[in-house]
Amino acid sequence: MTTDKITGSEALIRSLLEENVKLIYGYPGGAIMPVFDCMHNYRDRLKHVLVRHEQGATHAAQGYARVSGETGVVLVTSGPAATNIITGVADAMVDSTPMVVITGQINSSLLGTDAFQETDVVGITQPVTKWSYQIRRTEDIAWAVARAFYIARSGRPGPVVLDFTKDAQVGTTEFHYQKCNFIRSYNPYPKVNEKEIDDAAALINQSKKPLLLIGQGVILSHAENEVLQLMEKADIPAGCTLLGLSAIPTAHRLYKGMLGMHGNIGPNIKTNECDLLIAVGMRFDDRVTGGLDTYAKQAKVIHFDIDPSEFNKNVHADVTVLGDAKATLLALIDKVNNNKHTDWISEFEICEKTEFEKVVRPEVYPEGGPLKMGEVVRKVSEAAEDNTILVTDVGQNQMMGARYFNYTCPRSIVTSGGLGTMGFGLPAAIGAKMGAPDRTVCFFTGDGGIQMTIQELGTVMQTGVDIKIIILNNNFLGMVRQWQELFFKQRYSETYMLNPDFTAIAAAYGIKGRNVTDRSQLDEAIAEMMAHKGAYLLNVAVEEKGMVFPMIPAGGCVTDILLNSTEKY
Amino acid sequence: MKSILYTVTVYTENQVGLLNQISIIFGRRRLNIESLSVSASAIEGIHKFIITTNSDRDTIEKVVQQIEKRIDVIRAFFYTEDEIFYQEVALYKVATEKLLDDSGIEELVRRHNARILEVNRTYTVIEKSGHTEETQQLFEELSKFEVMQFVRSGRVAITKSTVEHVSLFLEAQESRRLSTQE
Repeated sequence: MTTDKITGSEALIRSLLEENVKLIYGYPGGAIMPVFDCMHNYRDRLKHVLVRHEQGATHAAQGYARVSGETGVVLVTSGPAATNIITGVADAMVDSTPMVVITGQINSSLLGTDAFQETDVVGITQPVTKWSYQIRRTEDIAWAVARAFYIARSGRPGPVVLDFTKDAQVGTTEFHYQKCNFIRSYNPYPKVNEKEIDDAAALINQSKKPLLLIGQGVILSHAENEVLQLMEKADIPAGCTLLGLSAIPTAHRLYKGMLGMHGNIGPNIKTNECDLLIAVGMRFDDRVTGGLDTYAKQAKVIHFDIDPSEFNKNVHADVTVLGDAKATLLALIDKVNNNKHTDWISEFEICEKTEFEKVVRPEVYPEGGPLKMGEVVRKVSEAAEDNTILVTDVGQNQMMGARYFNYTCPRSIVTSGGLGTMGFGLPAAIGAKMGAPDRTVCFFTGDGGIQMTIQELGTVMQTGVDIKIIILNNNFLGMVRQWQELFFKQRYSETYMLNPDFTAIAAAYGIKGRNVTDRSQLDEAIAEMMAHKGAYLLNVAVEEKGMVFPMIPAGGCVTDILLNSTEKY
Repeated sequence: MKSILYTVTVYTENQVGLLNQISIIFGRRRLNIESLSVSASAIEGIHKFIITTNSDRDTIEKVVQQIEKRIDVIRAFFYTEDEIFYQEVALYKVATEKLLDDSGIEELVRRHNARILEVNRTYTVIEKSGHTEETQQLFEELSKFEVMQFVRSGRVAITKSTVEHVSLFLEAQESRRLSTQE
């Protein structure tokens, strides 16, 4: 039997179709032109979104992946394009986002000669990818693509880079696609160990003051219902990490807020008062723990994770439970007793009351003065439909968005957590809307962050994607300014920004926009934005010296909480 | 925590670029690789890296877990000196003239259980296998003869354990593979 031979480029496109890819974010260039040429024949089945910078392609793919649960796909050329994707790849690595990035590469005969637009892509990407591979032979394409998608989406997800030489693109091969579901050296879903479950259940059943920490692992493994069942059955209060937000609804009676540096007082302070800390799918990042020497020393710790290298990395765990959170929690729930921790749970109320009076009320319900960031976030959240997706950039806008947005369903926040990538937001918002076209996307950014990837307004224009962009504009790199105020003797070194007219820039891209400078304009402007069909940019002049509180200074103890510039909790 | 010499063994698929992936993990933690050897293992197609490094136990545990996390790494382990049989080979190139001037060469070679591989008018090549201290000792004793070149290989090591963890892992994976095909 003979099969017709096809080009490597076509083998790649057909492999992507076999993996059910419908959308690619990319940018053409010399070393990937054969693939773009072939893709033109498949444009009815495979939509390509032309970004304005390759970094934007990666963040858009991340936004798409985070809301849809599908693998984001990026297609770019070699050399500078390949170096431009690094930020997004590193971001996806630390935030466990499934992504496959295909970079063009020069002809394999020229590798290592410093040929035009050659970079050592595999060498550069190895430290920031789950897997990185150079396809040099046309006959390896199907194998490599199948493996790439399996690795990117299985276990703890992450980015994969395929570096695709031009001769492999233009060579010909027979094509037989076989999905990958096994790699000998890789065990993405470790079998649930009953002993670990029993040990965890025993600690939970003995605990008088348990506290649950919910990480993104819960969302990645679709374990939102299981985590709720556990919480409700054993009556356990919970806090979410930044990326774990929206795993459970904000309004749930056992949800006690966000963890970490700018998290809520309750879950932070109770970390050092609980007798049992149950961490699920989170990695005890330093922004969550503060200084480890004083972190939860009084408590037993149970750590659920799919990645064994997270165990005891930062915080020692008394019991580790390896596996997919859905599988381990399912096994656990039956062994956990019905319980009530009424007194313990009521202790959070004092924290909540103080936080409301000292932090939330002045931030969200100010009685006068300049517009506050928290106030804008809350008003937008109230005006938005229930299942709206929050996308943020990085900095004060991110913390305010995360704190004051109302989450009603999972996969409702897209933000750069571990890497803290300014410029992430705009392209991620584009991707998020494409990943969930039926949901509203509200993107909060700062005057600094938007300008790092502002060229993606061109992508908004060309695709017509409907995203609501809200600039919390304080003419400062606000979070850095905040640190300068608190920790650098008010020496505002290079944080003031002279900004352009953002609505005029939006107008140049055909995007409707409006400036808000006074509280009296806000409600109406938000209503207009939400009612507008299509992208909209709302530029809100907020307090120049606005600060995000509460705050646990970096490296501090989780109980050492600033309520404002002068008061501690 | 106390820093001691650990021997790390890494079993991998035969893929290009693995050494880079492994060495990056050492570099990130500022661990210097003291010695390295790479060879085929007893299992066909599987390569074995043996790396020695000075580290505290906490760090080496984390490093080994992060190595094992790499997709093409099959298993990685770390051992203290008492958990393994190990050996290194050293070669010494010494000026023949200097050796001939001294009557102690026979005694030296015999006492160190070394071998002479080559003698010519200019130089003599001596080989010795043993632990680092032993090959170092010979080096120091040969110093008086003018050592023109000295090289010590990376450590080779096998475990004292009666359980072959890599084989067990591969068996478990094979049964997993069969179950995914059903």
